[in-house]
Amino acid sequence: MSALLQVRGVSRHYGPRIGCEDVSFELHPGELLCIVGESGSGKSTLLNTVAAQLSPTAGSVRYRQRNGGWLDLAALSEADRRRLAREEWGFVTQNPRDGLRLNVSAGANVAERLMALGMRNYSQLRAIARGWLERVEIDPSRIDDAPTSFSGGMQQRLQIARTLVTQPRLVFMDEPTAGLDVSVQARILDLLRRLVNELGLAAVMVTHDLAVARLLAARTLVMQGGRVVETGLTDQILDDPQHPYTQLLVSSVLTT
Amino acid sequence: MTYNFAFLDEDTKRMLRRALLKAVAIPGYQVPFGSREMPLPYGWGTGGIQVTAALLGPDDVLKVIDQGADDTTNAVNIRRFFSRVAAVATTEHTAEATLIQTRHRIPETSLREDQILVFQVPEPEPLRTLEPREAETRTLHALADYGLMHVKLYEDIAQYGHIATSYDYPVLVDGRFLTSPSPIPKFDNPKLDRSPALMLFGAGREKRLYAIPPYTHVESLAFDDHPFEIQRWEHQCELCGSGESYLDEVIVDDRGTRMFVCSDTDFCSGRRAEAQA
Amino acid sequence: MTAALMLELRDLSKSFELHHQHGARLNVLRGIDLRLHAGECVVLSGPSGAGKSTLLRVIYANYRPSFGAVHVRHDERWIDLAKATPHEVLEVRRRTLAYVSQFLRVIPRVPALDIVAEPLLQMGVDEPEARRRAGDLLRRLNVPERLWALPPSTFSGGEQQRVNIARGLIARRPILLLDEPTASLDVENRNVVAQLLAEARADGSAVLGIFHDEDMRDRVATRLFPMQALEAA
Repeated sequence: MSALLQVRGVSRHYGPRIGCEDVSFELHPGELLCIVGESGSGKSTLLNTVAAQLSPTAGSVRYRQRNGGWLDLAALSEADRRRLAREEWGFVTQNPRDGLRLNVSAGANVAERLMALGMRNYSQLRAIARGWLERVEIDPSRIDDAPTSFSGGMQQRLQIARTLVTQPRLVFMDEPTAGLDVSVQARILDLLRRLVNELGLAAVMVTHDLAVARLLAARTLVMQGGRVVETGLTDQILDDPQHPYTQLLVSSVLTT
Repeated sequence: MTYNFAFLDEDTKRMLRRALLKAVAIPGYQVPFGSREMPLPYGWGTGGIQVTAALLGPDDVLKVIDQGADDTTNAVNIRRFFSRVAAVATTEHTAEATLIQTRHRIPETSLREDQILVFQVPEPEPLRTLEPREAETRTLHALADYGLMHVKLYEDIAQYGHIATSYDYPVLVDGRFLTSPSPIPKFDNPKLDRSPALMLFGAGREKRLYAIPPYTHVESLAFDDHPFEIQRWEHQCELCGSGESYLDEVIVDDRGTRMFVCSDTDFCSGRRAEAQA
Repeated sequence: MTAALMLELRDLSKSFELHHQHGARLNVLRGIDLRLHAGECVVLSGPSGAGKSTLLRVIYANYRPSFGAVHVRHDERWIDLAKATPHEVLEVRRRTLAYVSQFLRVIPRVPALDIVAEPLLQMGVDEPEARRRAGDLLRRLNVPERLWALPPSTFSGGEQQRVNIARGLIARRPILLLDEPTASLDVENRNVVAQLLAEARADGSAVLGIFHDEDMRDRVATRLFPMQALEAA
């Protein structure tokens, strides 16, 4: 099977400061990869660079299009970058308020990407939006309510629906469950797990939570100080960590 | 005290004409221009007046309407302003005018190729209420990325059961640029499409000009299952009996008695004169 | 005709280096050679601390070997899991290598039936068929039907273990690694498991397992593989 995303030697510096340094990995279709590390380890910088929201200081990110051709993200025009973000990618932010349009209804939030793709049938948009609200366990009767009237967990589920409604091939997620109650987290993780399986999504998820990585990701990348210190099968990294930092990270997890 | 012809200095007029030529060349595209201080406040038509000043020649015949009427304060003052600073002839008759400056209406009488319509525009950016960042709206225009506009129409239907936007109804000009038609009632939107007259739009405060050249295709946005529709009245004009014109609802006494009359005063009086003849 | 060789360990060693315990090194496996054929059931024997569970985890690539090779027959070609890429390991696990541990790693909110059906879905079996077969297996393992729609986190230890066995055995994979799958089962259910293993073997699967219960061991083993604890270096 060939990769969907190919990251080679990617660095991103902020002036003299290192965001991330010399990171390489591949992502295959249908695969969820977790990037773990503490805050400040460079995982969000890496995610944003790979998602073409930041430009790399060095290295390359390539994406395989539906027609099989490789796209070098650095050579992408703004128009193509946006088209990709709109039609083939999704981005779920940590704070749902950053990813949602708060001044329009839940239904419009879900339907927006479809309209951006040119869907112009109102009833159809409504039906799809209702279906997706149901899928993310939001009462469809709340379709016309403002997202501001939703709880944090509901807002995050709404953002997931809004992002996945166009069935993107590749989704980037930045700590989608951080800042939520543990019970709410479990629900969202389960939802993501199910949707990733059902839709055959490929995803890169940033998390500081090793339990999240174990639950969702077959492969994991451990970052420290902007560098990848260990990478491989998630269960291998968590059960038989090799790098001193990973051993520390794993032994620091509170187990219940 | 004397002024330069049509108030503005020649350099300013040249700058405006260049901007207008660019606007005509790229239908619907908002061209930035160096908007000048005018002897009236923003919101009173400073954009429209600057466009008019740049276009007027000594032989032009100027008509100014405000909400369709030639006799409101704003219309009267602008007309008087230009007769003073440019000594041009003015008229209230649509058919006689070579240049019509308008606030919020398009005349009912069909326009001709030798006429220019100048709109006063308070907010040239149709995406503004949804996207406050100018850099972002400009990018969206550059990429023709207009899904956002349908979000607003979607919200209308979700809230009111139909597209409730009744004025400043967004249009797509020449299949390319999403454009604000200025706050004309959507009743007037069909008159924008393939109009023989040149249509120019000026936003003084926002410092933008744009144009719809003659015979340009102008499409009002809609959904397949909620097509664009114009307002309809159960009434006819109580003065001229017209059933096809845009009607204003006027309260005529302290007891709340209402009547419906044509908003276009020239059209209405013309019909009444015809009926008497 | 001799049965096909399915798994071959060559000079396999595993030690753990604990960076935060002053670089302590734990040697658990050294120089293990093992060959496993289709239809066999080899049971690892030896005292606790002999590295039996570690060996299974190294074979499953849950642990990385420190030295040596883990050759697995996958689609009629040989892959050394000690050198395989993560994607290759995942592919081998999906279709060739099954691992049943003592404990079910519970996924919150997922019903027992779906947990059992999942390996079939991953192999491309359609959903109704996968669920039907999951139900059949759970029924054989005496997991009451009223529990199928519930997440197993609330089940008893024995019930969880049976869900775990069902999940491990449902998709017939050529190599089965079993780490005390019957530890908390009653006699009746042990019999079912012994029966299931016999069927798997008859079907050509190779089984490598740990069974502490001697009765169970005698019933399922075709051969024992003795192991000894290494002294800490």
